[in-house]
Formats: sequence, C-alpha cells, structure tokens
Amino acid sequence: MTATLAVPTTMREAFLHAAADLVHADDRVALVLADISAGADPVPALAARHPDRVVNVGIREQLMVGVAGGLALAGVRPIVHSYAPFAVERPYEQLKVDLGHQGSGAVLVSIGASYDVGSGGRTHEAPEDVALIDTLPGWTVHVPGHPDEADRLVRDAVAADGLVYLRLSDATNAAPHHGAGLVTVRRGTEGVVVAVGPVLDTVLAAVARAGRDLTVLYTTTPRPFDAAGLRAAVDALAPKHAAAPTVTVVEPYLAGTSARVVAEALADRPHRQVMLGTRREELRLYGTRAEHDAAHGLDVRQVADAL
Amino acid sequence: MTILRPPVTNGELHRLMSLMTGDEKHSAAATSTLDVLHVLYDRVLHVDPAHPDDPARDRFLLSKGHGPMAYYAVLAAHGFLDEAELPGWATHGSRLGLHPDRTLIPGVEIGSGSLGHGLPLAMGTALGLRARRITRPDGGPRVVVLVGDAELDEGSNHEAIAYAGRRGLANLTAVVVDNVSSTHGWPGLWTETGLAERFLVEGWRAITVDGRDHDAVELALDAAHDDRPLAVVARVEPKEAS
Repeated sequence: MTATLAVPTTMREAFLHAAADLVHADDRVALVLADISAGADPVPALAARHPDRVVNVGIREQLMVGVAGGLALAGVRPIVHSYAPFAVERPYEQLKVDLGHQGSGAVLVSIGASYDVGSGGRTHEAPEDVALIDTLPGWTVHVPGHPDEADRLVRDAVAADGLVYLRLSDATNAAPHHGAGLVTVRRGTEGVVVAVGPVLDTVLAAVARAGRDLTVLYTTTPRPFDAAGLRAAVDALAPKHAAAPTVTVVEPYLAGTSARVVAEALADRPHRQVMLGTRREELRLYGTRAEHDAAHGLDVRQVADAL
Repeated sequence: MTILRPPVTNGELHRLMSLMTGDEKHSAAATSTLDVLHVLYDRVLHVDPAHPDDPARDRFLLSKGHGPMAYYAVLAAHGFLDEAELPGWATHGSRLGLHPDRTLIPGVEIGSGSLGHGLPLAMGTALGLRARRITRPDGGPRVVVLVGDAELDEGSNHEAIAYAGRRGLANLTAVVVDNVSSTHGWPGLWTETGLAERFLVEGWRAITVDGRDHDAVELALDAAHDDRPLAVVARVEPKEAS
C-alpha cells in the first residue's frame, strides 16, 4: 500500500495518509478513532486490511484514550485522533492517568484548532488545548503550519517514543519551514517575534507593514520550548535591545500560553512580553476563519499594530 | 511458566494484611477483594515474579485501586513484593501507596485510584495482545480487570462494556466485586442483582457467584466464552454505611 498523496492538500489529509503508511508498515502501530475521520480516505481501506490495528470505538472519547493507553501497555504505539475538544478537553483525565501516569507513550493528533469550523460555535473551538496539555508533564507539542510539515512531524512522532500532541489546522502558510526548535526566518535588531505554526505568514506581513526591524523566529514545536534558541536570537539584537528585549509571541491559540516558557528562557534579564493569540472571553461568533482572526486581533493589521 | 509453590492460605494473607493495618481482624470492606485476588493469583493467572515483563504473561489490572491492602498482601504472598516493605506502606519513600503505581511495583499492571480507568485500559491491552499475535499454547494470555460495583457508576466503564461486547474480545475478563456500594444501585429485570445484565445485553457472557466461595469463583473464571468477553460478578457482604 502506498497511501502517500503526491501533494496533500490539507494537514488532515497529510496526517491520515502518513498514518496509513505507518500502520501498514509497522505491526506495532495502531490508529485509534472515535468515529471522526473513520470514513475519510484512506482509513476505510486501511481498516479492512488491518482490523486489529485500526480501532474505531464509536463516539466514545474516554474509551478512545483508555484503549490507546492499553495498547501502549501491550507494546503498541497508538495514534489517537479527533477534533481538539474531543481529543484533549473531554478525555483530559484519561490523558493524565491512562497515558502519562502509566508511563506510556502515544501520538495524539487533533483537527479543528481554535476555530477551523468557523460557524461551529464554542463546542467545536479548542483554543485552550495547548495550555491544557502544557499542564501535563512530558508532552511534546507540534503545531505545524503546512501539510508538508504535518506529514513529516507525524512520521517522526510515531517513530519516536513518549507523548506527542500534534495540533493540525486548516490554516496554513504558503510554504513549509522545516526544522527543530526556533527557526530564524528574518533577522532584525530591534526585537524578537516568535510565530507558532500557521500564523507565520500573517506575522511576516505584519512586520513588513509595521516597518519594524524585527527578528522573526518560527516554530512548529512550542513544547519543549527552544529556550536556547530564543536567548541566542535575543543576544544577536542590537546591544541595548539585547539587554532588555521585547519578545512578542504570536500563537494560534489562547494568548499567553507561552508566557511561562518565555519568562523562564529570559529569567536572566529584564524583558517585555507581548503575548498575542486568541482572546480569553467567549465571543459567541460564527463565520469564517478570517472573521474569527479579526475578532481575536490576529489579522495582519492588528498584529502590526501590536508590534 | 507454571510456578510450583504451596497454596497461599487465608491465614497467611490476613497476617500480611495485618502488617499494614495493625489489626488482627479485618472488616468485610477491607477484604472485599481478598478472596477474588486469592483465587486469581493462586489458581488462574499465569504470572511469574521472576519474569514480571514476560510478553505472554496474563495481565491483572486492579481498577478499583482504593483499599489495596489485600492486593499488596497477595503480591507479597506470591513473591512480587518483600513483606518487609508492607509495614511502611503509604509513607513517604515507600513504593506502596494508598493507590498502586505500576512504575514502582513489579507485577502491578496499572496505576489506579481514579475510578473508571481499568476497564478501558484492559480493553486496549487485550486489543494490543491480539494485534501483536501474542499467544500461549493454553489459549492465553488473558487480561483480567477487577472493578467494583460502585466504580461502575463511572460512564467510561459503559463505553468499554459496550464496545468490548461488540468487538467480541474473548481474551478480556471483568471481575466485578459487588459489595452493594453503588449509591443508586443496579436494578435487574431478570435477576436479583442487575450487574450481570449490564454485561449480558452488550454481548458478554456474565456469571454471578458468591465472591467468598473460592471454587465458585475459579469455576466462573474458567467458564468457556470463546467468542465474547467474560464478566464474573462476585457478590460479597454489603459495605457498611460510611
């Protein structure tokens, strides 16, 4: 079975095809679903071929994570997948107890992000997911910004051990930027902006619009945070800015989620944090993703104003 | 991998429990799981303290992690724990907590204490053993999970009961220790206790026995259930009001 698409068009497609390759190639890899994506290509064909390792438990998300924990105890690497509210929020205690507390590993892959289902309303929005995962020890968090990145990150995550959360989105940048930790996309002298995943193109346009000479760092891996990379970027600023830098973090989820890790990275110097992301209050808005971006201050104009 | 050792006596288990409780006699609540655990480790499970990670071992998951003295006593009697550890249990630095931790104690398959996690974990383990084609000539390994009747209040159990039945997971056994402690009970249409019915309607084989009768518990655990999971409801004295 060669399930890989030549050009995956969405992160979700890239993930499902990568997962199919991995389940097919390795009898210690399983895909655990709670109906979401069970009917999406190439899952039905994969399930027919590997019924023991494509496990769709129905609409039972506690069981989805519990079964993944049990599979891990039996020596299987489970890939667990649903919309973010149902993959992280509903079975949060299962993530804590059935995976982390047992000392088990798993790859948890969500779709839907903060508001991909733009007219879906609050029940399908999960801007808190990364903050929640961040309260649990040992998790790596990947937030890809392009389907090619998603493909590579899924394959690397399944090949590795431990607990990995992949947050997929319909929002993408125009081109992939592969690399571990913080990747320097633009060098400047006045300050540092960290762009997480699919907000990179917005950040670059905002920096240009603001006319500021800023370093732009990109990451698909907000946890563990590349503290050394941030310090190196800060040290490379003009001396007066390096001594007391302004660090702006633009994240496509709850604003301030990464304030802690930036504070820890720069604990040795005074610094100013500007934390951009989704707003904390419930906006009760429907509409397109672009309209949600504007409402949360995450469009080019508002990000430029904040820089 | 059969281990030849003299059968463990009731008196021996009570002596080991006394190392933790300080009491010569133990209440029904403290021993609600004792006889089932005794039968499982003496007569049913293929487990070996010399090879606690053997891939083909049977798995026993204590889901009802509260009141683990009986469990620790059985583990000590069967060589998984040194009884010298028992008196210091639940103190700082001990491996033995009020709720067991699998990463600290060899032979303990899951860390538990929060109710409603063991049955889903057992299901996943049973699926994983199947997926990996791990088998023994005697038909094992099997996965046995112990839950309490009050623990079944947690909805996560019912997600697992439904799916395990549909999936025909014959290598999964649930032992429900029924000390009538569920606040709202389990009314039955056809039987005195409705617990077994929860499993039967989902496609399990379910057997209700006297949880203090070792031979009856053993017979139920050995019952044929080729194409479906097995539930054994082990009835013991009602828990005193707390």
